[in-house]
Amino acid sequence: MKRNIPLILAFISGMLVIISEFIPHYPFGLIEETLTGWFMIVSSFAILLGQISLISANINRVVEKSQNWQYYLAGLISFAVMVTVGLLWGMENTPGILGQGASIAAKLGSKPFDYIFEYAYMPLASTMFALLAFYIASAAYRAFIIRNFESNLLMITAVIVILGRTSFATALTSWIPKSLTLLHLPELTDFIMQYPNTAAQRAIMISAALGVIGSSLRIILGIERSYLGGGK
Amino acid sequence: MTSINRTVLERRIVFLVLAIAVALPLVFPLGLKTQVTPLTEKAYDLVESTPAGSVVLLSFDYDPSTVTELQPMAQAVIEHAWKKGHRIIATAMWPQGSQMADMAFADVQGKFDNSKVYGLDYVNLGYKVGGMVTMQAMGRSMEAVYPKDMSGLDYKDIPMLTGIKSLQNVKYVFSFSAGDPGLTHWIMVAKDKYDIPVAGGTTAVSAPGFLPFVNDQMQLHGLLGGLKAAAEYEFLLGYEGAASLNMNPQSVAHVLILILIAIGNVKAWRKRKSVQQEASKNA
Amino acid sequence: MKFVKLIAVCLLLWISVAGEAQEFEAIDFPWDNGSALLLRWKLDPSRDSLSLQKPDSLGIYREFFNEFSQSGECKDGDLVSDTQYKYRLIAYAADRTDSLVLEASAKPRQQWFAMGKLSFLILLIVICAAILYFIWSARRGKDLFIRRISGLDSMEEAIGRATEKGKPILFVPGISDLDDIQTIAALNILNHLAFKSAEYNTDLIVPCRFSMVLSAARETVKEAYLRAGKPDQYREENIFYVTDDQFGYVAGVDGIMVREQPAANFFLGAFWAESLILTETGFGTGAIQTAGTGQPHQIPFFVVSCDYTLIGEELFAASAYLSRDPHQLGSLKGHDFGKLLVILLILLGIVMEIAGLAWFKQFFVGGN
Repeated sequence: MKRNIPLILAFISGMLVIISEFIPHYPFGLIEETLTGWFMIVSSFAILLGQISLISANINRVVEKSQNWQYYLAGLISFAVMVTVGLLWGMENTPGILGQGASIAAKLGSKPFDYIFEYAYMPLASTMFALLAFYIASAAYRAFIIRNFESNLLMITAVIVILGRTSFATALTSWIPKSLTLLHLPELTDFIMQYPNTAAQRAIMISAALGVIGSSLRIILGIERSYLGGGK
Repeated sequence: MTSINRTVLERRIVFLVLAIAVALPLVFPLGLKTQVTPLTEKAYDLVESTPAGSVVLLSFDYDPSTVTELQPMAQAVIEHAWKKGHRIIATAMWPQGSQMADMAFADVQGKFDNSKVYGLDYVNLGYKVGGMVTMQAMGRSMEAVYPKDMSGLDYKDIPMLTGIKSLQNVKYVFSFSAGDPGLTHWIMVAKDKYDIPVAGGTTAVSAPGFLPFVNDQMQLHGLLGGLKAAAEYEFLLGYEGAASLNMNPQSVAHVLILILIAIGNVKAWRKRKSVQQEASKNA
Repeated sequence: MKFVKLIAVCLLLWISVAGEAQEFEAIDFPWDNGSALLLRWKLDPSRDSLSLQKPDSLGIYREFFNEFSQSGECKDGDLVSDTQYKYRLIAYAADRTDSLVLEASAKPRQQWFAMGKLSFLILLIVICAAILYFIWSARRGKDLFIRRISGLDSMEEAIGRATEKGKPILFVPGISDLDDIQTIAALNILNHLAFKSAEYNTDLIVPCRFSMVLSAARETVKEAYLRAGKPDQYREENIFYVTDDQFGYVAGVDGIMVREQPAANFFLGAFWAESLILTETGFGTGAIQTAGTGQPHQIPFFVVSCDYTLIGEELFAASAYLSRDPHQLGSLKGHDFGKLLVILLILLGIVMEIAGLAWFKQFFVGGN
């Protein structure tokens, strides 16, 4: 019973959404609207679930003094600080419990929440994304090694596209006559990106979309139920 | 030295050299110019051809981590839209997107001498959970999804939103997207379901995945892919902003990656040669 | 004779008037949910601007459209079905003489079928029928061949290696929420992986970006441990929420990889710009790595930095492949039929376009 109810719900809601896609008449549109409304409500409550999980997992590790417990404590403190300053003085134009906090905002230049967001959180988050540049460099160093015909082709393409995406590209091939525009590096890069690359992307997208249809059908019909836990 | 240790050391050398290569052009700009590509031009044309007074929607579907690539794009598009007299609705499908929108508006306001009025020229409706489902609900009623804006104003009390009942009343959607939910969902909902023109800006690493949507059916009306596209947009607007300046280190970094690929190949070739020599000796 | 002349003059007059007929009509927007009307007009060349108006709640006509074209159309949406709506078109003359006022009214009606989606429905029915047929034939005992997917075959090797080293396994179910089918596909694989790791007594760490995914992942792993007969070894704290923030989540997962040094990493689901940061960190720790995504633009990064990669549809086929359940294997055959169908349609589309028969493409482009 515990398993069958979710399966029945998945079947009914899945079929209703599919049908309402093709039948615009009342009440199908309304059913879809109601289901999407429910999804938004459930999603909102799920945020609370995440916070509870975060707090309990971190507290357990700190209490048990498990390995590297200090990091979990730092996480908890950061969480508490952001929630507290947000609740007390709000953020941007939204007031908090203690109002807009004009005096503290005058000292810091902005509200405490916005101050921490802008000067602590933003640089940290950007740093994480910036790591991508380093990892791309090290991965490219390992990946584009000539071993056979295919890898040779891959490397030549990579060189054209990488160079074509820089500001040097225009200068390097500007001497090529206009009748041979396609040989200009930026043009050649665009050609590679728009035709061979897009063709391959489309092929993968189409096959993945068929996979999505198959998976959805299996879920709606209750053939695939691993995501609910357990097999047959 | 074990092979893993050697790999780790090599990676660290690569990281150090790259850091230097990125830092130097920031201190000593090279003054490189960028060439405008058709994808950027298409996105620019969409904004350019929309009549003055139109209400448009910009969705800030990213957070501070991708701010270096996406924020210059957002600022350039806001500036362009305001220059053309468009009124902007900002939404966010990512929790911190609404802050990103506020920061972008504040920066661009400076160029307009703070003449743009909140509620008349722009509004920030903030973040809503639900991704694609939220977008679909916006297609039915904007007010139902956003009963209040970020500052707590009622939807019906915001002057520029009079007459904007649903997503179908906006002239175009421009999504600045770092992942999910984001541009893909806007294409599926705004363009495919309601036939509203959609353009987008993404990080450079995600841009190739959106190229199939730039097609005859105009599923995507132009695409800004990474910092270079942001620099191109700035060029089309006739100024050099953050993106144009940051293109210098990016170009140098690209060249360095090419040099690293060459070094990697020389190393691999030497290794193969020594293996062959040893094999012939043993034979 | 006079009568014939009169008729001829009348006819000529009618033709000349009809030639410059100025039309304005309101019709129900076709194949929709009764929330829109389509307004069409045709004006003579002397007009250079227009104003399309409709009455507000007080009955005062307000302009809602003014983009001029000699003959054009405009969709008025957000209407209530079966309600009469009135419209007024004022066309102004270029020399600022007389303006022309035309009126029209109509009722939007709800339709029982979205005809613009007929092609989608046909394709959906054909593909679903093929999938169901192959499931049915598998149920009747037909032997179905499925090619090797090395990324999935390696799962046992990875778990074995983690067990030997006494290190945990890390499973990242993508960075998308539960409404993305890629996340569900990842959770299906997680179920099999959790079952194996329970058998081998190896710890499984599952950091989640979204609370809904967390809840589903916990249920999936718990059930797998129960099935393996080791419910006491299930540790709920190993499946936890990190943060909704994209790169905050990446920082958290990278931290886990560096501190816990998992022997095997699985990155399955939807990934964006963070894919290489995750897998390169994993590469640095020396873990055996398997990745898979339906996002074509992230596949190159996975290929470069992982030992095994599931490309596109392989992610969705994984559950069927691992379970060897004939019903699920049957559905994979249905996918293959779908692929064949798409290939045929593409080829046919090329031929039709070359032959100048645009209706074929238009039929599949569809509409709202």
